[in-house]
Amino acid sequence: MAKKESTFNNMLITLLVVTLTASGSLGFVYQLTKDAIAQAEANKKNLAIKRVVPEFNNKPSEEFFKLPSETPGDTICFYVAKLDSDTVGYAVETYSKNAFGGLLKLLVGFLPDGTINNIAVLEHKETPGLGTKMTEEKFSSQFPGKNPAKFILKVRKDDGEVDAITASTITSRAYCDAVQRGYNSLKQHQNTEKGGEQ
Amino acid sequence: MNQWNNFLKGFIKENPVFVFVLGMCPTLGTTGSAINGLGMGLATTFVLVLSNVFISLLAKYIPDKVRIPSYIVIIASFVTIVDLLMKAYTNTPGPNGEPSLYDNLGLFIPLIVVNCIVLGRAEAFASKNSVTSSLVDGLGIGLGFAFALTLLGAIREILGSMSVFGWKIAEGFAQLFNPATEYKQGDGMIAFVLAPGAFLALGYLIAFMNIIKKRYAK
Repeated sequence: MAKKESTFNNMLITLLVVTLTASGSLGFVYQLTKDAIAQAEANKKNLAIKRVVPEFNNKPSEEFFKLPSETPGDTICFYVAKLDSDTVGYAVETYSKNAFGGLLKLLVGFLPDGTINNIAVLEHKETPGLGTKMTEEKFSSQFPGKNPAKFILKVRKDDGEVDAITASTITSRAYCDAVQRGYNSLKQHQNTEKGGEQ
Repeated sequence: MNQWNNFLKGFIKENPVFVFVLGMCPTLGTTGSAINGLGMGLATTFVLVLSNVFISLLAKYIPDKVRIPSYIVIIASFVTIVDLLMKAYTNTPGPNGEPSLYDNLGLFIPLIVVNCIVLGRAEAFASKNSVTSSLVDGLGIGLGFAFALTLLGAIREILGSMSVFGWKIAEGFAQLFNPATEYKQGDGMIAFVLAPGAFLALGYLIAFMNIIKKRYAK
């Protein structure tokens, strides 16, 4: 068969058919993968929550509330972990916008008294091999067991108590900033809750 | 054309990275570690094979003047499919919360659309050859690309993080000889994980490939 002439009608019909088929098949694949994607996201969140708070037996990914952050317009999400109706910890989805690659999202697990239990990195765009070291033990093990009420969440360069990652001071600062933000929101939440009970 | 040669040409003789120096954005951007390079290479191979097959099937029905937009739409569809599939099935974080493959490559997957290797093969090969040849060509070039990215990623990972496919070399060997050891290895040459290291490693790799090719040709 000879090659199609580039007449207006031929071009119109070709492009129409190609784009229609493409959008149709994309819609089909989207439908196919929609559930798996949602499940992968939920699974990711559950794994992260499990890592940062002590043992629980409720479903924190369903038991959450949102609070406005210190920065107007932003919200911080709290996941409450309970063991037989006692609150054993909060997983706070906090963030910092001052990271090297823009937004840094952390999930910080706090015990009810405000002590940091563990921290997981949810989302970041830091430099591989430098800023990404924030997930490694050398840096991240500084936080568990510390209470930000006494522990100064700043790198040593800024008169704090955190050893920054070599060559990634900006990432380290953002990490501390995010944890501090989470802690502040938690305190704010606990204060209002106490006020409400009285 | 002999299909076996058609397949093999993608690895050395017509390697898209080492010989044509095409597709440099993912080559430099995703080869911080061997596994990322391999993942990126395989995702590109998938797109390349499917787009080559479909374009060689459809080429004669597409009028010349609208062939580029049509090819781009076809390629973009396959890229989106890969993106959705990877989001669904390669999105499980590691046991210690390491980012998943999708998180590592996330930004670069949609960018396969503008990878000049894919459109280049569509225009230069698939639109003029049979379906079988195009399939073999896509497979060869794609796997050649994956091979180049994995090699580059492995070299940068060894030099930059002292590990291969996430296996820490110094720690691994220390534990091999004395399982009780608690040796923790330090940092590698960080420059190799960053952009300058990508250029350096790629430059030396291309030089090395040229030497091999010259010997091979004699």
